[in-house]
Amino acid sequence: MANHEVTFPITDPQEILKLRAGDEVTVQGHIIGIRDRTQIRIFDQGVEPPMDLRGAFLLHTAPGVRKLEDGRYEKVCIGTTTSARMVRFTEPLGRQYGVRAICGKGGFPDEAIEPMHQLGMVYFAIVGGAAALETTQIEEIEEVAWEELMPECLWKFRVKDFGPLTVGIDAHGNSLYRDVQTRAKAKLEELYARL
Amino acid sequence: MAIDTITDLQHTVEDAAAHLYVWALKDIPQDLRDALSAAREKETSVPGKRVLETIHKNINIADSEKNLVCQDTGIAVYHVRVGEHFPLHPARIYEGLRDGTARATIEHPLRSNAVHTITRENTGPNIGYRLPIVHWEFIEDWDGLDVKCVPKGSGSENMSFLKMCVPADGVKGIKQFVLESIVGAGGKPCPPGIVGVGIGGSADYAMHLAKEAIMRPIGTRNSDPHVAQLEDELFGLLNETGIGPMGLGGDVTVLQCHIEHADTHMTLNPVAVNYQCWAARRASAHISATGDIDYDREF
Repeated sequence: MANHEVTFPITDPQEILKLRAGDEVTVQGHIIGIRDRTQIRIFDQGVEPPMDLRGAFLLHTAPGVRKLEDGRYEKVCIGTTTSARMVRFTEPLGRQYGVRAICGKGGFPDEAIEPMHQLGMVYFAIVGGAAALETTQIEEIEEVAWEELMPECLWKFRVKDFGPLTVGIDAHGNSLYRDVQTRAKAKLEELYARL
Repeated sequence: MAIDTITDLQHTVEDAAAHLYVWALKDIPQDLRDALSAAREKETSVPGKRVLETIHKNINIADSEKNLVCQDTGIAVYHVRVGEHFPLHPARIYEGLRDGTARATIEHPLRSNAVHTITRENTGPNIGYRLPIVHWEFIEDWDGLDVKCVPKGSGSENMSFLKMCVPADGVKGIKQFVLESIVGAGGKPCPPGIVGVGIGGSADYAMHLAKEAIMRPIGTRNSDPHVAQLEDELFGLLNETGIGPMGLGGDVTVLQCHIEHADTHMTLNPVAVNYQCWAARRASAHISATGDIDYDREF
Protein backbone atom coordinates (compact mmCIF):
# COMPACT_ATOMS: atom_id res chain seq x y z
CA MET A 1 0.00 0.00 0.00
CA ALA A 2 1.85 3.02 -1.35
CA ASN A 3 1.60 6.72 -0.47
CA HIS A 4 0.99 9.30 -3.19
CA GLU A 5 0.58 13.02 -3.58
CA VAL A 6 -1.63 14.12 -6.50
CA THR A 7 -2.41 17.65 -7.70
CA PHE A 8 -5.85 18.27 -9.23
CA PRO A 9 -7.17 18.91 -11.79
CA ILE A 10 -4.99 16.35 -13.57
CA THR A 11 -4.04 16.35 -17.26
CA ASP A 12 -2.13 13.05 -17.37
CA PRO A 13 -4.38 9.96 -16.94
CA GLN A 14 -1.31 8.11 -15.61
CA GLU A 15 -1.75 10.03 -12.36
CA ILE A 16 -4.96 8.02 -11.77
CA LEU A 17 -3.72 4.70 -13.14
CA LYS A 18 -0.81 4.57 -10.69
CA LEU A 19 -3.24 4.48 -7.73
CA ARG A 20 -4.28 1.12 -6.28
CA ALA A 21 -7.10 0.24 -3.89
CA GLY A 22 -5.83 0.64 -0.31
CA ASP A 23 -3.15 3.26 -1.19
CA GLU A 24 -2.95 6.48 0.82
CA VAL A 25 -3.25 9.75 -1.08
CA THR A 26 -2.77 13.42 -0.18
CA VAL A 27 -4.30 15.95 -2.57
CA GLN A 28 -3.11 19.44 -3.57
CA GLY A 29 -4.55 22.06 -5.91
CA HIS A 30 -8.24 22.60 -6.56
CA ILE A 31 -11.24 20.42 -5.80
CA ILE A 32 -14.93 20.86 -6.59
CA GLY A 33 -17.72 20.44 -4.05
CA ILE A 34 -20.90 18.81 -5.34
CA ARG A 35 -23.92 17.08 -3.81
CA ASP A 36 -27.31 15.46 -4.53
CA ARG A 37 -29.19 18.52 -5.81
CA THR A 38 -26.21 19.78 -7.82
CA GLN A 39 -26.04 16.52 -9.76
CA ILE A 40 -29.81 16.25 -10.11
CA ARG A 41 -29.69 19.69 -11.79
CA ILE A 42 -26.91 18.66 -14.18
CA PHE A 43 -28.20 15.26 -15.22
CA ASP A 44 -31.94 15.13 -14.52
CA GLN A 45 -32.71 18.74 -15.42
CA GLY A 46 -30.04 18.97 -18.14
CA VAL A 47 -28.38 22.19 -16.96
CA GLU A 48 -24.72 22.58 -18.01
CA PRO A 49 -22.44 23.13 -15.00
CA PRO A 50 -20.77 26.55 -15.13
CA MET A 51 -17.37 25.10 -14.10
CA ASP A 52 -14.84 23.03 -16.04
CA LEU A 53 -14.87 19.49 -14.65
CA ARG A 54 -12.13 18.01 -16.88
CA GLY A 55 -9.58 16.10 -14.82
CA ALA A 56 -11.43 17.21 -11.70
CA PHE A 57 -11.58 15.91 -8.19
CA LEU A 58 -15.18 16.08 -6.88
CA LEU A 59 -15.96 16.15 -3.18
CA HIS A 60 -19.37 15.08 -1.83
CA THR A 61 -20.08 18.01 0.45
CA ALA A 62 -22.58 20.62 1.60
CA PRO A 63 -20.32 23.01 3.48
CA GLY A 64 -21.15 25.16 6.47
CA VAL A 65 -20.18 28.70 5.40
CA ARG A 66 -20.60 32.36 6.32
CA LYS A 67 -21.41 34.96 3.62
CA LEU A 68 -19.18 38.04 3.72
CA GLU A 69 -20.27 41.59 2.87
CA ASP A 70 -18.44 41.52 -0.48
CA GLY A 71 -20.47 38.44 -1.51
CA ARG A 72 -17.67 35.92 -1.02
CA TYR A 73 -17.99 32.96 1.30
CA GLU A 74 -15.85 32.12 4.29
CA LYS A 75 -15.55 28.54 5.56
CA VAL A 76 -17.12 27.64 8.92
CA CYS A 77 -17.10 23.84 8.87
CA ILE A 78 -16.60 21.74 5.77
CA GLY A 79 -17.02 17.99 5.83
CA THR A 80 -18.09 15.13 3.61
CA THR A 81 -21.38 13.33 3.09
CA THR A 82 -22.33 9.72 2.27
CA SER A 83 -21.47 8.93 -1.33
CA ALA A 84 -23.70 5.93 -2.01
CA ARG A 85 -26.77 8.12 -2.64
CA MET A 86 -25.03 9.64 -5.69
CA VAL A 87 -23.53 6.56 -7.34
CA ARG A 88 -25.71 6.75 -10.46
CA PHE A 89 -23.94 9.96 -11.58
CA THR A 90 -20.49 8.28 -11.74
CA GLU A 91 -20.60 7.13 -15.35
CA PRO A 92 -21.95 10.40 -16.89
CA LEU A 93 -19.55 12.50 -14.79
CA GLY A 94 -16.64 10.57 -16.27
CA ARG A 95 -17.96 10.16 -19.81
CA GLN A 96 -19.52 13.58 -20.44
CA TYR A 97 -17.38 15.82 -18.28
CA GLY A 98 -14.03 14.04 -17.85
CA VAL A 99 -14.16 13.88 -14.04
CA ARG A 100 -11.27 11.72 -12.75
CA ALA A 101 -11.80 11.40 -9.03
CA ILE A 102 -14.78 11.30 -6.70
CA CYS A 103 -14.25 11.62 -2.99
CA GLY A 104 -16.76 10.97 -0.25
CA LYS A 105 -17.41 8.81 2.73
CA GLY A 106 -18.79 5.35 3.17
CA GLY A 107 -17.93 4.10 -0.31
CA PHE A 108 -19.67 3.46 -3.61
CA PRO A 109 -21.68 0.31 -4.31
CA ASP A 110 -20.33 -2.17 -6.84
CA GLU A 111 -22.11 -0.50 -9.79
CA ALA A 112 -19.36 2.18 -9.76
CA ILE A 113 -16.54 -0.33 -10.30
CA GLU A 114 -17.04 -0.92 -14.03
CA PRO A 115 -17.46 2.73 -15.15
CA MET A 116 -14.44 3.72 -13.05
CA HIS A 117 -12.43 0.94 -14.69
CA GLN A 118 -13.54 1.87 -18.21
CA LEU A 119 -13.15 5.62 -17.83
CA GLY A 120 -10.00 5.77 -15.67
CA MET A 121 -11.56 7.15 -12.50
CA VAL A 122 -10.99 6.56 -8.79
CA TYR A 123 -13.07 6.78 -5.62
CA PHE A 124 -11.29 8.27 -2.64
CA ALA A 125 -12.51 7.44 0.87
CA ILE A 126 -12.26 10.25 3.34
CA VAL A 127 -12.92 9.87 7.06
CA GLY A 128 -16.56 10.82 7.50
CA GLY A 129 -17.21 13.17 10.39
CA ALA A 130 -13.64 14.48 10.44
CA ALA A 131 -14.76 17.94 9.35
CA ALA A 132 -12.69 19.99 11.80
CA LEU A 133 -9.53 18.60 10.20
CA GLU A 134 -10.90 18.85 6.66
CA THR A 135 -11.78 22.51 7.19
CA THR A 136 -8.14 23.35 8.05
CA GLN A 137 -7.02 21.72 4.76
CA ILE A 138 -9.31 23.92 2.66
CA GLU A 139 -7.39 27.16 2.15
CA GLU A 140 -10.07 29.15 0.39
CA ILE A 141 -13.49 29.02 -1.23
CA GLU A 142 -12.56 30.44 -4.63
CA GLU A 143 -15.85 30.16 -6.54
CA VAL A 144 -19.52 29.36 -5.91
CA ALA A 145 -22.10 28.64 -8.62
CA TRP A 146 -25.81 27.95 -8.23
CA GLU A 147 -26.09 29.75 -4.89
CA GLU A 148 -29.84 29.17 -4.93
CA LEU A 149 -29.13 25.50 -4.12
CA MET A 150 -27.36 26.54 -0.89
CA PRO A 151 -25.67 24.60 0.62
CA GLU A 152 -25.78 22.12 -2.30
CA CYS A 153 -24.10 24.55 -4.69
CA LEU A 154 -21.15 23.91 -6.97
CA TRP A 155 -18.09 24.96 -4.94
CA LYS A 156 -14.47 25.45 -5.95
CA PHE A 157 -11.99 25.04 -3.10
CA ARG A 158 -8.21 25.53 -3.04
CA VAL A 159 -6.72 22.84 -0.80
CA LYS A 160 -3.40 22.08 0.84
CA ASP A 161 -2.40 18.58 2.04
CA PHE A 162 -5.98 17.36 1.72
CA GLY A 163 -6.25 13.92 3.33
CA PRO A 164 -5.24 11.34 4.24
CA LEU A 165 -7.50 9.69 1.67
CA THR A 166 -7.68 5.96 0.96
CA VAL A 167 -8.20 4.68 -2.58
CA GLY A 168 -11.48 2.80 -2.10
CA ILE A 169 -12.07 1.92 -5.77
CA ASP A 170 -9.25 2.12 -8.32
CA ALA A 171 -9.26 2.39 -12.11
CA HIS A 172 -8.24 -1.26 -12.47
CA GLY A 173 -11.50 -2.84 -11.32
CA ASN A 174 -10.62 -3.21 -7.63
CA SER A 175 -12.85 -2.15 -4.74
CA LEU A 176 -12.04 -2.39 -1.06
CA TYR A 177 -15.77 -2.19 -0.32
CA ARG A 178 -16.56 -5.23 -2.47
CA ASP A 179 -13.72 -7.18 -0.84
CA VAL A 180 -14.87 -6.26 2.69
CA GLN A 181 -18.50 -7.19 1.89
CA THR A 182 -17.53 -10.53 0.32
CA ARG A 183 -15.50 -11.47 3.39
CA ALA A 184 -18.14 -10.18 5.83
CA LYS A 185 -20.95 -12.16 4.16
CA ALA A 186 -18.91 -15.36 4.39
CA LYS A 187 -18.19 -14.54 8.03
CA LEU A 188 -21.91 -14.01 8.72
CA GLU A 189 -22.66 -17.60 7.71
CA GLU A 190 -20.07 -18.76 10.22
CA LEU A 191 -21.48 -16.49 12.95
CA TYR A 192 -25.10 -17.59 12.30
CA ALA A 193 -24.03 -21.21 12.71
CA ARG A 194 -22.70 -20.34 16.18
CA LEU A 195 -25.86 -18.59 17.42
CA MET B 1 -46.10 30.64 40.49
CA ALA B 2 -45.95 34.12 39.01
CA ILE B 3 -46.13 34.60 35.24
CA ASP B 4 -42.71 36.27 35.01
CA THR B 5 -41.08 33.32 36.81
CA ILE B 6 -42.65 30.94 34.29
CA THR B 7 -41.35 33.12 31.46
CA ASP B 8 -37.90 33.17 33.05
CA LEU B 9 -37.90 29.39 33.38
CA GLN B 10 -38.81 29.02 29.70
CA HIS B 11 -35.89 31.33 28.84
CA THR B 12 -33.63 29.18 31.03
CA VAL B 13 -34.64 26.09 29.02
CA GLU B 14 -33.99 28.06 25.81
CA ASP B 15 -30.53 29.13 27.05
CA ALA B 16 -29.71 25.55 28.03
CA ALA B 17 -30.81 24.18 24.63
CA ALA B 18 -28.81 26.83 22.74
CA HIS B 19 -25.70 26.03 24.76
CA LEU B 20 -26.13 22.24 24.63
CA TYR B 21 -26.59 22.10 20.86
CA VAL B 22 -23.32 23.92 20.11
CA TRP B 23 -21.44 22.27 22.96
CA ALA B 24 -22.46 18.79 21.81
CA LEU B 25 -21.32 19.56 18.26
CA LYS B 26 -17.86 20.82 19.31
CA ASP B 27 -16.70 18.85 22.32
CA ILE B 28 -17.38 15.13 22.37
CA PRO B 29 -17.75 13.41 25.76
CA GLN B 30 -14.86 11.76 27.59
CA ASP B 31 -16.39 8.26 27.53
CA LEU B 32 -16.47 8.46 23.72
CA ARG B 33 -12.89 9.79 23.55
CA ASP B 34 -11.77 6.84 25.70
CA ALA B 35 -13.63 4.33 23.51
CA LEU B 36 -12.07 5.78 20.35
CA SER B 37 -8.59 5.66 21.92
CA ALA B 38 -9.10 2.02 22.87
CA ALA B 39 -10.24 1.32 19.29
CA ARG B 40 -7.07 2.95 17.94
CA GLU B 41 -4.95 0.67 20.14
CA LYS B 42 -6.85 -2.44 19.06
CA GLU B 43 -7.09 -1.90 15.30
CA THR B 44 -4.55 -3.75 13.14
CA SER B 45 -5.62 -3.06 9.52
CA VAL B 46 -3.67 -0.31 7.68
CA PRO B 47 -6.71 1.65 6.38
CA GLY B 48 -8.48 1.11 9.72
CA LYS B 49 -5.56 2.53 11.69
CA ARG B 50 -5.37 5.46 9.26
CA VAL B 51 -9.06 6.22 9.89
CA LEU B 52 -8.79 6.03 13.69
CA GLU B 53 -5.62 8.15 13.68
CA THR B 54 -7.43 10.77 11.58
CA ILE B 55 -10.43 10.72 13.94
CA HIS B 56 -8.08 11.31 16.89
CA LYS B 57 -6.43 14.24 15.07
CA ASN B 58 -9.84 15.65 14.14
CA ILE B 59 -11.10 15.64 17.73
CA ASN B 60 -7.97 17.51 18.85
CA ILE B 61 -8.36 20.09 16.07
CA ALA B 62 -12.03 20.61 16.96
CA ASP B 63 -10.85 21.31 20.53
CA SER B 64 -8.06 23.71 19.58
CA GLU B 65 -9.92 25.53 16.78
CA LYS B 66 -13.20 25.47 18.71
CA ASN B 67 -14.82 24.12 15.55
CA LEU B 68 -17.51 21.50 15.05
CA VAL B 69 -16.32 17.89 15.11
CA CYS B 70 -18.52 17.08 12.09
CA GLN B 71 -20.18 19.45 9.63
CA ASP B 72 -23.48 17.59 9.91
CA THR B 73 -25.26 19.54 12.63
CA GLY B 74 -27.87 16.82 12.37
CA ILE B 75 -31.44 16.80 13.35
CA ALA B 76 -31.79 18.18 16.90
CA VAL B 77 -33.03 15.39 19.18
CA TYR B 78 -33.57 15.92 22.89
CA HIS B 79 -34.22 13.48 25.67
CA VAL B 80 -36.03 15.26 28.46
CA ARG B 81 -36.83 14.01 31.96
CA VAL B 82 -39.49 16.15 33.60
CA GLY B 83 -40.12 15.99 37.32
CA GLU B 84 -43.81 15.97 38.22
CA HIS B 85 -43.31 19.12 40.33
CA PHE B 86 -41.19 21.04 37.80
CA PRO B 87 -43.05 24.36 37.47
CA LEU B 88 -42.96 24.65 33.65
CA HIS B 89 -45.49 22.74 31.52
CA PRO B 90 -44.00 20.46 28.80
CA ALA B 91 -45.66 22.63 26.13
CA ARG B 92 -43.50 25.56 27.33
CA ILE B 93 -40.45 23.29 27.73
CA TYR B 94 -40.87 22.34 24.07
CA GLU B 95 -41.02 26.00 23.05
CA GLY B 96 -37.83 26.67 25.00
CA LEU B 97 -36.03 23.77 23.29
CA ARG B 98 -37.23 24.88 19.85
CA ASP B 99 -36.25 28.51 20.37
CA GLY B 100 -32.85 27.52 21.79
CA THR B 101 -32.17 25.27 18.77
CA ALA B 102 -33.06 28.10 16.38
CA ARG B 103 -31.01 30.67 18.30
CA ALA B 104 -27.87 28.51 18.34
CA THR B 105 -28.26 27.85 14.60
CA ILE B 106 -28.52 31.56 13.77
CA GLU B 107 -25.97 32.91 16.22
CA HIS B 108 -23.12 30.43 15.58
CA PRO B 109 -24.05 30.09 12.59
CA LEU B 110 -24.72 26.36 12.15
CA ARG B 111 -25.71 24.66 8.91
CA SER B 112 -29.49 24.41 8.79
CA ASN B 113 -30.62 20.97 7.68
CA ALA B 114 -34.37 21.10 8.22
CA VAL B 115 -36.53 20.79 5.09
CA HIS B 116 -40.19 20.06 4.29
CA THR B 117 -40.29 16.34 3.65
CA ILE B 118 -42.15 16.69 0.30
CA THR B 119 -41.03 20.04 -1.15
CA ARG B 120 -37.48 19.75 0.32
CA GLU B 121 -37.53 23.50 0.97
CA ASN B 122 -35.62 24.64 4.06
CA THR B 123 -38.00 25.27 6.96
CA GLY B 124 -35.79 27.42 9.19
CA PRO B 125 -32.86 27.32 11.57
CA ASN B 126 -32.92 23.57 12.29
CA ILE B 127 -36.56 23.80 13.34
CA GLY B 128 -39.75 23.00 11.46
CA TYR B 129 -43.06 21.20 11.78
CA ARG B 130 -42.46 18.68 14.62
CA LEU B 131 -38.76 19.60 14.72
CA PRO B 132 -36.82 19.42 17.00
CA ILE B 133 -37.71 15.91 18.15
CA VAL B 134 -38.17 15.34 21.87
CA HIS B 135 -38.27 12.08 23.80
CA TRP B 136 -40.20 12.68 27.02
CA GLU B 137 -39.92 10.91 30.32
CA PHE B 138 -41.89 11.91 33.42
CA ILE B 139 -40.47 11.38 36.89
CA GLU B 140 -42.52 11.06 40.07
CA ASP B 141 -41.78 12.98 43.28
CA TRP B 142 -39.23 15.33 41.72
CA ASP B 143 -39.16 19.03 40.83
CA GLY B 144 -36.19 19.09 38.41
CA LEU B 145 -35.67 18.88 34.64
CA ASP B 146 -32.91 17.02 32.76
CA VAL B 147 -32.25 17.93 29.14
CA LYS B 148 -29.96 15.87 26.94
CA CYS B 149 -29.19 17.10 23.43
CA VAL B 150 -28.21 14.50 20.83
CA PRO B 151 -27.66 16.08 17.39
CA LYS B 152 -28.25 13.10 15.07
CA GLY B 153 -26.35 13.01 11.80
CA SER B 154 -28.11 11.78 8.68
CA GLY B 155 -25.38 9.43 7.46
CA SER B 156 -26.00 7.19 10.42
CA GLU B 157 -29.75 7.87 10.69
CA ASN B 158 -30.16 6.62 7.10
CA MET B 159 -28.82 3.31 8.36
CA SER B 160 -31.90 2.46 10.46
CA PHE B 161 -33.64 -0.86 10.13
CA LEU B 162 -36.77 -2.56 11.44
CA LYS B 163 -37.84 -6.18 11.30
CA MET B 164 -40.96 -7.70 12.74
CA CYS B 165 -39.44 -11.04 13.71
CA VAL B 166 -41.93 -13.65 14.83
CA PRO B 167 -41.77 -15.33 18.24
CA ALA B 168 -40.48 -18.52 16.58
CA ASP B 169 -37.42 -16.56 15.36
CA GLY B 170 -36.48 -16.15 19.02
CA VAL B 171 -33.42 -14.24 20.21
CA LYS B 172 -31.47 -15.86 17.37
CA GLY B 173 -33.62 -13.92 14.89
CA ILE B 174 -32.83 -10.68 16.72
CA LYS B 175 -29.10 -11.38 16.62
CA GLN B 176 -29.14 -12.30 12.93
CA PHE B 177 -31.04 -9.14 12.02
CA VAL B 178 -28.66 -6.85 13.91
CA LEU B 179 -25.64 -8.56 12.31
CA GLU B 180 -27.01 -8.42 8.76
CA SER B 181 -28.04 -4.77 9.23
CA ILE B 182 -24.57 -3.67 10.30
CA VAL B 183 -22.85 -5.64 7.56
CA GLY B 184 -25.28 -4.20 5.00
CA ALA B 185 -24.66 -0.67 6.26
CA GLY B 186 -20.92 -1.11 5.64
CA GLY B 187 -19.04 2.20 5.78
CA LYS B 188 -22.06 4.45 5.26
CA PRO B 189 -22.92 5.23 8.93
CA CYS B 190 -19.30 6.27 9.77
CA PRO B 191 -18.22 3.25 11.79
CA PRO B 192 -17.04 2.52 14.43
CA GLY B 193 -20.07 3.85 16.29
CA ILE B 194 -22.78 2.84 18.72
CA VAL B 195 -25.33 0.29 17.53
CA GLY B 196 -28.64 1.09 19.20
CA VAL B 197 -31.11 -1.78 19.30
CA GLY B 198 -34.74 -1.61 20.40
CA ILE B 199 -36.56 -4.87 21.09
CA GLY B 200 -40.14 -5.56 22.04
CA GLY B 201 -43.01 -3.08 22.34
CA SER B 202 -44.54 -2.32 18.93
CA ALA B 203 -42.97 -1.45 15.57
CA ASP B 204 -42.79 2.30 16.27
CA TYR B 205 -41.82 1.86 19.91
CA ALA B 206 -38.97 -0.53 19.06
CA MET B 207 -37.39 2.20 16.90
CA HIS B 208 -38.02 4.79 19.61
CA LEU B 209 -36.16 2.53 22.05
CA ALA B 210 -33.31 2.01 19.59
CA LYS B 211 -32.83 5.79 19.50
CA GLU B 212 -32.84 5.93 23.30
CA ALA B 213 -30.17 3.21 23.32
CA ILE B 214 -27.74 5.35 21.30
CA MET B 215 -28.18 8.26 23.73
CA ARG B 216 -26.69 6.37 26.67
CA PRO B 217 -23.12 6.94 27.87
CA ILE B 218 -20.96 4.49 25.98
CA GLY B 219 -20.57 1.00 27.43
CA THR B 220 -23.37 1.33 30.00
CA ARG B 221 -25.44 -1.81 30.36
CA ASN B 222 -29.17 -2.44 30.48
CA SER B 223 -30.36 -3.13 34.03
CA ASP B 224 -32.12 -6.33 32.94
CA PRO B 225 -29.46 -9.10 33.02
CA HIS B 226 -31.00 -10.93 30.02
CA VAL B 227 -30.72 -7.80 27.93
CA ALA B 228 -27.25 -6.91 29.25
CA GLN B 229 -26.02 -10.36 28.25
CA LEU B 230 -27.37 -9.82 24.74
CA GLU B 231 -25.56 -6.45 24.58
CA ASP B 232 -22.25 -8.16 25.42
CA GLU B 233 -22.81 -10.96 22.96
CA LEU B 234 -23.81 -8.71 20.05
CA PHE B 235 -20.91 -6.35 20.75
CA GLY B 236 -18.48 -9.26 20.36
CA LEU B 237 -20.19 -10.70 17.26
CA LEU B 238 -20.41 -7.33 15.47
CA ASN B 239 -16.66 -6.86 15.84
CA GLU B 240 -16.07 -10.20 14.15
CA THR B 241 -17.67 -9.04 10.89
CA GLY B 242 -14.51 -7.26 9.67
CA ILE B 243 -16.36 -4.20 8.31
CA GLY B 244 -13.85 -2.00 10.12
CA PRO B 245 -13.44 1.78 10.48
CA MET B 246 -15.30 3.63 7.69
CA GLY B 247 -16.07 0.23 6.12
CA LEU B 248 -12.51 -0.13 4.80
CA GLY B 249 -11.97 -3.43 6.65
CA GLY B 250 -10.58 -4.05 10.11
CA ASP B 251 -11.02 -5.27 13.65
CA VAL B 252 -13.15 -2.47 15.07
CA THR B 253 -16.59 -2.26 13.48
CA VAL B 254 -18.53 -0.91 16.47
CA LEU B 255 -17.58 0.90 19.68
CA GLN B 256 -20.55 -0.55 21.54
CA CYS B 257 -23.94 -2.17 21.27
CA HIS B 258 -26.68 -0.76 23.53
CA ILE B 259 -30.13 -2.32 23.80
CA GLU B 260 -33.36 -0.92 25.23
CA HIS B 261 -36.39 -3.16 25.58
CA ALA B 262 -40.10 -3.16 26.35
CA ASP B 263 -42.47 -5.98 27.06
CA THR B 264 -44.50 -6.90 24.01
CA HIS B 265 -47.49 -8.84 22.67
CA MET B 266 -47.24 -12.63 22.78
CA THR B 267 -47.23 -12.78 18.97
CA LEU B 268 -44.71 -9.94 18.44
CA ASN B 269 -40.90 -9.96 18.37
CA PRO B 270 -39.89 -6.60 16.88
CA VAL B 271 -36.27 -5.55 16.49
CA ALA B 272 -35.11 -2.09 15.45
CA VAL B 273 -31.59 -0.86 14.74
CA ASN B 274 -30.59 2.78 14.95
CA TYR B 275 -26.93 3.56 14.28
CA GLN B 276 -24.95 6.36 15.90
CA CYS B 277 -21.75 7.38 14.08
CA TRP B 278 -18.33 7.56 15.80
CA ALA B 279 -19.02 11.27 16.39
CA ALA B 280 -21.66 10.27 18.96
CA ARG B 281 -22.39 13.77 20.16
CA ARG B 282 -24.23 14.26 23.42
CA ALA B 283 -24.49 17.01 26.04
CA SER B 284 -26.76 17.40 29.05
CA ALA B 285 -28.02 19.91 31.57
CA HIS B 286 -29.86 19.60 34.86
CA ILE B 287 -32.26 22.48 35.51
CA SER B 288 -33.65 23.12 38.96
CA ALA B 289 -37.16 24.39 39.75
CA THR B 290 -35.61 27.77 40.52
CA GLY B 291 -33.82 27.95 37.16
CA ASP B 292 -30.24 27.00 38.05
CA ILE B 293 -28.45 25.16 35.24
CA ASP B 294 -25.84 22.50 35.89
CA TYR B 295 -24.14 21.29 32.71
CA ASP B 296 -23.04 17.65 32.67
CA ARG B 297 -21.13 15.47 30.19
CA GLU B 298 -21.43 12.10 31.87
CA PHE B 299 -25.21 11.81 31.74
